[in-house]
Amino acid sequence: MKALFSLIFVIILMLLVFAGVTGAGMHYIFGVVVPYIAIFAFLAGFIYRVIRWARSPVPFRITTTCGQQKSLPWIKNNRLENPDNWFAVVGRMLLEILFFRSLFRNTKTELKSGPKLVYGSNKYLWIGSLAFHWTFLIIFIRHFRFFTEPVPFIISLIEQMDSFFQIGLPIIYITDAVILGALTFLLLRRLLDSRIRYISLHADYIPLFLLLSIACTGVWMRYFEKVDVISIKQLSLGLFSFNPPGTELLSGIGVMFFIHLFLVSFLIAYLPLSKLMHMGGVFLSPTRNLANNNRIKRHVNPWNYDVKTHTYMEWEDEFRDVMKEAGMPLEKE
Amino acid sequence: MSLADLLKQKQSAILERWLNLILDTYPGDASVFLKKQKNRFANPVGYTLTREVDVLFQVLLAEIDSETLSTSLDNIIRIRSVQEFSPSQAVGFIFFLKRAIREELDGEILEDALSGELLEIESRIDRLALTAFDSYMKCRERLHKARSNELKRKTNIIISRFTSPDSQPGQENEAE
Amino acid sequence: MSDETPKPEALVKVDYKPPRKGWMDTKPDISRGNINWAAIPKSVEYLGLPYPRKWSPTDDDWQLPENWKEIILEGLRERLSKYRSLQLFMDICVRCGACADKCHFYIGSGDPKNMPVLRAELLRAVYRKEFTLAGKIMGKIAGGRELTIDVIKEWYYYFFQCTECRRCSVFCPYGIDTAEITMIGRELLSLIGIGIDWIVTPVANCFRTGNHLGVQPHGFQDSIDFAVDDLKDIIGFKVDAPVNKKGAEVLFIVPSADYFGDPHYFGLLGYMMLFHEIGLDYTFSAYASEGGNFGLFHSHEMMKILNAKIYHEAERLGVKWILGGECGHMWRVLNQYMDTMNGPADFLEVPVSPMTGTRFENTRTTKMVHITEFTSDLIKNNKLKLDKSRNDHWRITFHDSCNPARAMGILEEPRYIIRNVAENFFEMPENTIREETFCCGGGAGLGTDENLEMRMRGGLPRANAVKYVHDKYGVNVLTCMCAIDKAVLPTLMEYWVPGVEVGSIHELVGNALIMKGEKERIVDLRNEPLPGKEAVKDV
Repeated sequence: MKALFSLIFVIILMLLVFAGVTGAGMHYIFGVVVPYIAIFAFLAGFIYRVIRWARSPVPFRITTTCGQQKSLPWIKNNRLENPDNWFAVVGRMLLEILFFRSLFRNTKTELKSGPKLVYGSNKYLWIGSLAFHWTFLIIFIRHFRFFTEPVPFIISLIEQMDSFFQIGLPIIYITDAVILGALTFLLLRRLLDSRIRYISLHADYIPLFLLLSIACTGVWMRYFEKVDVISIKQLSLGLFSFNPPGTELLSGIGVMFFIHLFLVSFLIAYLPLSKLMHMGGVFLSPTRNLANNNRIKRHVNPWNYDVKTHTYMEWEDEFRDVMKEAGMPLEKE
Repeated sequence: MSLADLLKQKQSAILERWLNLILDTYPGDASVFLKKQKNRFANPVGYTLTREVDVLFQVLLAEIDSETLSTSLDNIIRIRSVQEFSPSQAVGFIFFLKRAIREELDGEILEDALSGELLEIESRIDRLALTAFDSYMKCRERLHKARSNELKRKTNIIISRFTSPDSQPGQENEAE
Repeated sequence: MSDETPKPEALVKVDYKPPRKGWMDTKPDISRGNINWAAIPKSVEYLGLPYPRKWSPTDDDWQLPENWKEIILEGLRERLSKYRSLQLFMDICVRCGACADKCHFYIGSGDPKNMPVLRAELLRAVYRKEFTLAGKIMGKIAGGRELTIDVIKEWYYYFFQCTECRRCSVFCPYGIDTAEITMIGRELLSLIGIGIDWIVTPVANCFRTGNHLGVQPHGFQDSIDFAVDDLKDIIGFKVDAPVNKKGAEVLFIVPSADYFGDPHYFGLLGYMMLFHEIGLDYTFSAYASEGGNFGLFHSHEMMKILNAKIYHEAERLGVKWILGGECGHMWRVLNQYMDTMNGPADFLEVPVSPMTGTRFENTRTTKMVHITEFTSDLIKNNKLKLDKSRNDHWRITFHDSCNPARAMGILEEPRYIIRNVAENFFEMPENTIREETFCCGGGAGLGTDENLEMRMRGGLPRANAVKYVHDKYGVNVLTCMCAIDKAVLPTLMEYWVPGVEVGSIHELVGNALIMKGEKERIVDLRNEPLPGKEAVKDV
């Protein structure tokens, strides 16, 4: 139900653009106004969220340790799983952010009939999400050829590498195939694994359908219904230089582009409101981005306050008689 | 074909049905996890059930001694008697086998007029259920014994002091 | 899953695929065996906590204050601004499901709300409804949930069915820590007078007498004296065991169960033998007579209050540094909270082992050393004479306790000790030890009597791994270094894996330790005959 609702929602978004552009000629709205609003909403929302996180202090250093601590010199500590200083934390975070270390951990011991222990693993989620995130990044970078003139060498290089396995014309990007596959996997997993389905919310399906639609419209424009790339580049350069082109140029671009652009705009505007903020939050997680060095280096809680404790003297006052009888040392006889 | 032969022939289908019926007694989507996760250590409940229903079925076909039966029943019941089941629910899974057999062999039973044999098998299942009840009671007793031993352990050290010959009574402990 | 007994035919005809409702529309089964009893008014009052009253979670009316909802939401607002962890964990979960089958309570019960992600969603859904724009406008579609009495009851049910073991956090791509969520959830409940007795009463005892059991100073002194006597029967002479001794070099802190519980006590004997043998100038304290800290299971404030006495006592006694015994959550507090809450301990010195001269650089600021760090250093430097054969009657496996493993990373030290004091050591399967260790099922204040069934379910994954080594290698003792483990694992073993005892690391050390001037050792610390000495013992 939630998935269906989300799918319909995304379809409605697409129809909205279709009607707006082909019926009402709202090229300028969808080509210029919406992207500006979206970028503004994204920046404002993202900054707001990050500031809100940053404003909450980290009162305690609550590292989750996943390996041997640093203790005696002859015991080898595991610096990446249990960092003891800032440098090691950077290593741990890089492993986490670039290679999704924790998802990779999803290993387990399988028992084949026999009974025989076999060490297998459950890395599908890791592979699926890694494939998605990396290809998404590459595709994002690749798009800079629309925003830059001349196109920097590095972007052309990425493009060349991406189309390494050239099959016919036009060039097929590996990332296009991978991202569609990965997104489909992530969606099917959510739909078919009833445990995951049980925990899923609308907010889990909407981003998936949005991303899938964005990828599909992109692929469609590239391989099936060619759009006027020159005009698109003029539009994006114009947007970035705050000198957007007029309706005349825009009306020459196919409607599929406007759908693509609108979905992207919607996604980035929606991002700060959604779980997609994990892209910022992953850097701030106190269980991961702090060293397990509490006993080495003092951590200060900015809102630490005094509490009423039961002091030794109060305690001795209460128990002095019995202590005396038991011959225990006293502060006050 | 006799029912016993049929049962042997359709063994895996019947077992699968039975197991699914049992797993469906778990709430929400637990059943899916229990069915899917094959790791003995990550999924002890599913692992035990899968293994032991097979043994119980062999007992039914009278191929296994009674000791194996009670161990096998005990392995299942020990889990179910600490899960959120009423006693009848905890042992009722045995009866699901009747349903599994009937569903799987419905046609054959009518065709080959096996209802007499079926009655025999079903009364064996009833006996199995009674044994399961014994096993359930044993598990609950074990649980209560463990409970009282736990209480004892909490005070063992104190009690042993007052009962050992060289302890000095009069020095009372005021532990609450 | 209900109490009433269905008729047999109803059982057989039951619809096996009930129409599935979303998790927001189901209610927990609050019945005996699955819940913990409410805190008694006396303890609540003693601690000055709000709304002391006699109530039971099985009642329909929990007698909450009129403005309970306001209190909860205000409490949540305050904590969101005080804990980045909470704010972040409320916002960034993507519900990927990696944590789902990592919780021992989920594995043992199959109840989907025991998946860590849903346990946290119980709080998150309310957060979304009340604190996010999308939730306020779109409600359920944005994943929001109205805060009702039933939600509070559900919080009670599931936040007191989490042992704060942090296993899920290891697998989470963002390190979301359900322990943190549970801790805050319990704090919120405490604001409206909801708490469990097994936590609040030990806390009250600890505040008053210094330890969870409520043992008064002379009782503590007696316990230590008795231990000295018990040891004399085994080794032939009395060891020194000072209490409240001013000017000692080291203050030694143990969880109170060590001097009252069985099998904890045998570990205590082991410490005392060790310290005597190496001539450590140490003292126990009857005031800081509890290393454990049930405050951790109640609220951050209570944790701080109870923890304060350790530094306070160290300063009063004028010791140089502090040594801590075998305990799990005690070490989470000592490692991750103590210095921040009650430090700096600048009146202490950086710990140096007087026997080996080793400077414990890893404790520069806290000045508190873990007993296994201390002992493994002694062994490494050949300061102990050990006879491994005295542990030959044990076939040993080691259970990593949650907090030392996942809030500290003390994994090798205990193993090093075991290998040096005993011959037969067998590890449990890989994904059930070290940072992936399974909880005993009784941590975080859940080691009670009334929820025994819940504990047995929660402990099943651990027991199952023990059973594997028991069957395969004949393992007959499960060693661990946590007082809660030692209290609840014996019960778990008795139910699931009969024939496996539970023991301390320092019980094994005590057995193996050859002491100067000891009489011929014929029994181990449990007063059972040593291997090869059965005949002597019987005489």
